[in-house]
Amino acid sequence: MNWTAIVVFVGLFLFITVLGFVAAQWRRGDLGLLHEWGLGGRRFGTFVTWFLLGGDLYTAYTFIAVPALMYGAGALGFFAVPYTIIIYPILYVVYPRLWSVAHRHGYVTAADFIRGRYGNRWLGLAVAVTGLVATMPYIALQLVGMEVVIGALGFPGGGWFGDAPLIIAFLILAAFTYTSGLRAPAMIAVVKDVLIYITVIAAVIAVPMHLGGFARIFAAVPPAKQLLAVPGPGTLGSYSGYATLAIGSAFALFLYPHSMTGILSSSSARVIRRNAAILPAYSLMLGFLALLGFMALALGVGSMPEFADGFKRYGPNFSVPALMLATFPSWFVGVAFAAIAIGALVPAAIMSIATANIFTRNIWREFLHPACTDDEEAGVAKIASLVVKVGALFFIIFLPQQYAIQLQLLGGIWIIQTAPSVMLGLFTRYFNSWALLLGWMVGIVSGTWMAATLDFKGAVYAIHLFGVAIPGYAALYSVILNLAVAAVLSAVLNVVASDRHKDVTLAEDYA
Amino acid sequence: MQRASWLRLLFLLPFAAVIWVPSYNRIEPTLGGIPFFFWYQLLWILIAAALVGVVYRAEQPPGPGARR
Repeated sequence: MNWTAIVVFVGLFLFITVLGFVAAQWRRGDLGLLHEWGLGGRRFGTFVTWFLLGGDLYTAYTFIAVPALMYGAGALGFFAVPYTIIIYPILYVVYPRLWSVAHRHGYVTAADFIRGRYGNRWLGLAVAVTGLVATMPYIALQLVGMEVVIGALGFPGGGWFGDAPLIIAFLILAAFTYTSGLRAPAMIAVVKDVLIYITVIAAVIAVPMHLGGFARIFAAVPPAKQLLAVPGPGTLGSYSGYATLAIGSAFALFLYPHSMTGILSSSSARVIRRNAAILPAYSLMLGFLALLGFMALALGVGSMPEFADGFKRYGPNFSVPALMLATFPSWFVGVAFAAIAIGALVPAAIMSIATANIFTRNIWREFLHPACTDDEEAGVAKIASLVVKVGALFFIIFLPQQYAIQLQLLGGIWIIQTAPSVMLGLFTRYFNSWALLLGWMVGIVSGTWMAATLDFKGAVYAIHLFGVAIPGYAALYSVILNLAVAAVLSAVLNVVASDRHKDVTLAEDYA
Repeated sequence: MQRASWLRLLFLLPFAAVIWVPSYNRIEPTLGGIPFFFWYQLLWILIAAALVGVVYRAEQPPGPGARR
């Protein structure tokens, strides 16, 4: 047990717990209304939105899984950098339009928009359910991140005693999300991001000093991990895999319910555009975090006897915590681990709020209890947020971790199938809602099938065109099929059974 | 009302840079000991952010309310 680190860690955790409850008083609103509880009253300006979206999009995946992939698979793991480069032009061009139409019509979720734009409740349901299902493994991944740092602090793993710190952390999360809604993660995100920036800057300065500079670090990394493998004849190999992973992930990102919630909670479309220019600061941080995977390799944490147990329990996910334990003084290990754990807690809170919004608006109110009052709506959402978290907790305690990470790859394949309806729907009403629904189905089935042929152990599927093998992210291939089906079928349906008159939005709603 | 500027075509640049993997899958030249593959992509984070900033400036309507 590393007591100094534990004391600092617990102290910071208590601090953000208090903050989470105090947040209910911040920019006070009637928390009995769904847009107040679930979107913070759409009042967050440039500054808060920067922290909130930064805390929302850069999750345990950034702090733990990306460096772990660099540690295990080498340069391929760096695809997260081009991925987080191209999300911002997409954010700038597409999502201010969503904010505007959502603000005009009081939409809280993507499925709300679909319902208004297409007047088809079944397409709305498809988008809603896709969001719910794709988020579950993502929340579970946040828990994996927390589990790893809690384990690295020296708590024994396994059994109810080993799971106790995680369960306590989750009860705290559940309690302040219930009382404060989105205001809690927004406020905590500020603390979390300050801690994360301090940690990353310290690591990027201290570790290379410890190891004798970047040149020495890269010299210690096996050459095969320093670059992508050059493709052989007849295949685009790792090149197309790398590029399509980046592009597919980028188009998927803002379709996730938690990203949507972060976007819709801002106070104007201008706040979103402005953030598209300043959020890349986090991408830079992600890039340096990725390099921590190489630093862990160079230091040789994998062969240090004190970390053997950690690597056995958590695999490459243990590489960053091990690097920090080996190079930082105890008290700073506490700060760094708290940053990672809180960095997992913030997105987990936003994800549970986002899925609760979806359940309430697009399933409960739409299909189960249409007469529900505003007060009842917010109440159902609060309870739904608890149910989601309990579900994710069971997920992590009873399923093996590898399984959760593989499901996360599927999450991207699924959520991207809502791109034709949501993203293109913001620009054109060319598409027919039934054509979109059929395209969605084709995309979900083909994408899942591609992943199944890989035994759900990977997401890069090889297609063959003109005698050349083109391995690529299954999400991108399946959404292209989806789009083709939707486009062709719309051409026919628009003639025989147009549904354009069901659109309740106007062209000026998008500006 | 926001007017989309032709400058938005600049957004195609980061996409092109990312897709053209062979252009950056190399070690040399290194920068401060970091291989080209890594620092080049980190550099594109800054370039892409600057492009978004340029387009934002160009599309920003002048007058009151511009600072909010």
